[in-house]
Amino acid sequence: MKNTTSSLRRVRLPRTPADWLEAVMNFIFFLCGMLAVCCVVLISVYMVVSGVPAIHKIGIFKFLFGTKWASTAAEPLFGILPFILSSIYGTLGATILGVPIGLLTAVFLSKAADPKLRTVVVTAIELLSGIPSVVFGLLGMQVLVPAVAKAFGKASGACLLSAIVVLSIMILPSIVSVSVTALNAVPPEYEQGSLALGATDTETWFKISIPAAKSGIAAGVVLGIGRAIGEAMAVMMVAGNSPNMPDSLFRSVTLLTTAIAKEMSYAGGLQRQALFSIALVLFVFIMLINVVLNVVLKGGNRDE
Amino acid sequence: MENTNVPVISAKDLNLWYGDFKALKSISLDVGEREITALIGPSGCGKSTFLKTLNRMNDLVPGVRIEGDVRLKGEDIFARKMELTDLRRRVGMVFQKANPFPMSIYDNITYGPKLHGVRNKAELDELVETSLRGAALWDEVKDRLKKSALGLSGGQQQRLCIARALAVKPEVLLMDEPTSALDPGSTMKVEELMSELKKNYTVVIVTHNMQQAARISDRTAFFLLGELVEVGPTNQIFSTPRDKRTEDYISGRFG
Repeated sequence: MKNTTSSLRRVRLPRTPADWLEAVMNFIFFLCGMLAVCCVVLISVYMVVSGVPAIHKIGIFKFLFGTKWASTAAEPLFGILPFILSSIYGTLGATILGVPIGLLTAVFLSKAADPKLRTVVVTAIELLSGIPSVVFGLLGMQVLVPAVAKAFGKASGACLLSAIVVLSIMILPSIVSVSVTALNAVPPEYEQGSLALGATDTETWFKISIPAAKSGIAAGVVLGIGRAIGEAMAVMMVAGNSPNMPDSLFRSVTLLTTAIAKEMSYAGGLQRQALFSIALVLFVFIMLINVVLNVVLKGGNRDE
Repeated sequence: MENTNVPVISAKDLNLWYGDFKALKSISLDVGEREITALIGPSGCGKSTFLKTLNRMNDLVPGVRIEGDVRLKGEDIFARKMELTDLRRRVGMVFQKANPFPMSIYDNITYGPKLHGVRNKAELDELVETSLRGAALWDEVKDRLKKSALGLSGGQQQRLCIARALAVKPEVLLMDEPTSALDPGSTMKVEELMSELKKNYTVVIVTHNMQQAARISDRTAFFLLGELVEVGPTNQIFSTPRDKRTEDYISGRFG
C-alpha cells in the first residue's frame, strides 16, 4: 500500500516492459473507476438541467405543494404534492409492514433456524430478490388487487394499500440479508453472557443480539426504503394511478415513479419538462436516503 | 481429610461426550459451601467442560451427550422440573474473556435482575451498588454508571462481569480462567476479590495457573484426559499428592 502511493506520487517514467504494463494496467483501472464517477456526475447534472426549467416556469411552490395534477387539461396544472405524499406513505407503509417481518425472519435465520431449514429460507429470500418487479406487479394485479377489493368491499382494489403490500414484500430481501449479516456479527460472548445470567433464547435475541446489531439492521431498513421509493413497475400495476391525494388506504394513487412512467410515452412541451422535474424530486429523495444510510453506517462504526 | 461442609454441588459418575469423543470420564466431585474449588490440568483435560456442565452451558454445544448425576443442594440439575433459566441464575458464570454487554455499566448490572422480575428503581439502584461493591469496582465507576461498559479497562470489565453475575444473587459462582486475559495487576485485584467472595459464595474456578490455584483455593481437583485424577485440600495436593501423575503435573514435568 505504502509503496504504491509513493510510486504514484513520485512521477517517474517506467523503465522495464513490466513497469510499462503495470502503468498501463493502473491507468485502465483508473479509467474504470472514473466511469462510475462520470456516470453519477452526468446523471446529476442532467437531472438538474432538465428538471429545473419546468419548476422555474410553474413556480417551485405551486409545483411541490400544488394538490392538483392535470397535465393534459386546457389549463394544465402541475402540482405534485399527491405524488410526493403517495410515495412517502407508500414507502412508510411498506416499512411498517416489512421491517417487523424482515427483522423476525433475520433473527430466525441468524439464531434459531436449524441448518437445513435455514438453507431453504435463505434460498427463498435470494430468489425473492431476483424476481423481476414486473412479476410482482402481475401477481399483485391478479391476486392482491381482487383480494383487497373483496376483503374491504371496494369496487376496485387498485389502491395505496395494494402498493404498500407489494412494496413491503419487495423490500424484504434487503432488510433480511443485511440484518442477518449484522446479527451474525454479534459476538457470541454477549449472547453466552446473557444466557449464563438465566435469560431465555428469546430474551437474549431481543435484549442483546438485536440492540448489538442495530446499526446494521438500520442500514438494511434504509436500503429497503431506498428500494421502495424507487420502485415503479410493480407499483404502477397495483396502485390505480389516479393523481389523487392519498387521503385513504383505498384511494387510487400515483407515486413519483409511476407519475413519470405513465405519461412519458406521450408527453410533450411543459408536461414533458415537468416529468423531468418529478424525476429530480425523486432523485433528491434517493440522495437524502443515501446520506442517511452513510450516517447510520458511520454511527455504527463509532460504537465499536 | 474430607471437608465437613455439606456439598453445594455434588457430581456423581458424570460422563460427557462431544459426538464420539468422550470428554469426561466418570467424574465424581463434591463442591463445599463457601469454599473455592480450583480445577487444574493441562489443556483439553475436561476441566472447563466439567465447569460448563454445572450451569448446563454445555447444552449449547451441538452433539453433546451427558450421563450421570449432578445435584445442586440435592436437586437434580438435569431434571425436567429444574428450569434452565433458574439453574443459571443460581449458578452464575464468569467467562475467560470479559464479556460486558455493549451498554452502560448500570444496565449491565441490572440486566440479570430485570430478567428475573426486579422492576423497582430503588431496588435496582441498590443492587447496582451492592454488586459493584461486591466486585470491588464501586469506587472506580460510581461516577460513570451511565457510561458504556466497553470504556472500562480489561480488569475492570472482568470485575464488572463478576458484579453482573452477583446481581442475580447466585448460590455458586463458576469462573472459567477469569484472569488468563488480564495483566498481573488486574489479576491480583481479581484474586483478592475472590478471597472476599468466598465469605458469601461458593466458587468453582478453572485455572491454567497452578500458582493461582495454590494461592486462592481451598480445594484443588486435578483433571487429566477427561478423568478426575485427584481431589483434596489445596495444600495437600501441592505438598503431598497421592497420585504420581498429579505430582508430575504440579512439579511441571508436563502440561
